Amino acid sequence: METFKSLLLIVLSSALVNNFVLSRYLGCCPFLGVSKKVDTALGMGLAVIFVMAMASVITWLVQYYLLEADWLAALGIGDLRFLQTIAFILVIAALVQFVEMVIQKSAPALYSALGVYLPLITTNCAVLGVAIININEGYNLLETLFNGIGGAVGFALAIVLFAGIRERQEYADIAKSFRGFPIALITAGLMAIAFLGFQGLIR
Amino acid sequence: MKLAPILKNGILTENPTFRLVLGMCPTLAVTTVAINGIGMGLATTFVLMGSNIAISLLKSFIPEKVRIPAYVVIIATFVTMVQLLMEAFLHDLYNALGIFIPLIVVNCIILARAEAFANKHSVIESLTDGLGMGLGFTLSLTTLGSIRELLSNGTIFGLKIMGAGFEPALIMAMAPGGFMLLGLLLALINKLGEKKA
Repeated sequence: METFKSLLLIVLSSALVNNFVLSRYLGCCPFLGVSKKVDTALGMGLAVIFVMAMASVITWLVQYYLLEADWLAALGIGDLRFLQTIAFILVIAALVQFVEMVIQKSAPALYSALGVYLPLITTNCAVLGVAIININEGYNLLETLFNGIGGAVGFALAIVLFAGIRERQEYADIAKSFRGFPIALITAGLMAIAFLGFQGLIR
Repeated sequence: MKLAPILKNGILTENPTFRLVLGMCPTLAVTTVAINGIGMGLATTFVLMGSNIAISLLKSFIPEKVRIPAYVVIIATFVTMVQLLMEAFLHDLYNALGIFIPLIVVNCIILARAEAFANKHSVIESLTDGLGMGLGFTLSLTTLGSIRELLSNGTIFGLKIMGAGFEPALIMAMAPGGFMLLGLLLALINKLGEKKA
């Protein structure tokens, strides 16, 4: 019961209170770039949930069983923690490629829905960000998995809501100099204020 | 190709933040105070120059098909160097920027310049492009950081600017303020651009 409670807190915290996009500024590029239509935003969101959950677990394993494992010390190498950035980005790039191939073979329908977004995820800083946060916070494997899922669900929620607003803005009469990115950023700012309301959820 | 136009291109014509709107995450995340903006900008400049030089040197050796992973490894190497140097010599800044130092790896500006410039041009030109883009990025981040620091704290680089009666707008230091300020600045730049054209 105690574990369940702490896992629920982690998910709520990373999905809503510290929303990846709107309060930690992670994953802004796809958030602004792939949010013109709700359908594509949903596809991107789902792809990110999938990759982030897997990337969290795999980078955790890499960190504790490779970069700072006991057997390295036994071999007299010390630890390889300074390679974290390189190792994580390679793992994520390889993972994204692998997921793309597996989905293409096993679930062509899913592939045609997510396919375009998968390569873009490598440079989504939310994925590398969540991997590093998991290590910095000292989470165990289960907490890491739930933090990854929570963060990604928060990203998906934010991008779908944002796309819904932007679809309506298409029909609004916006001053010429505000069209495109400026109004999108201001909308994101207003959404971030709304998400500040979740701050009281967890004490 | 002359070098001065390349430099100007990065700083003004194709300013990464205000013109290309790339690398938004670090831009918004670290610019709560001016000094962090400069720190982040210069760290990114170092990585950009290093990766541009390395990629330009290696452009004929890297096979076309695996070029993106190869670029990412080169970029990650320079990011690790910056990370270790800052941890050793600029520890306060290292703590303030936190997770966003390793995240320079996924800053789209760096990969974009590797792909769009460094793998087609000579070493000197690529170096200049990296310097120009980096300085443009630094300039934008410092501007954003100064405005946000002024409005949220009444200071710029820690120097008191506003008088005693100034009521700080804390929202500017938080996420919403960052998004909205950048939106307003982009609109302002569009407006100025319209008049010229």
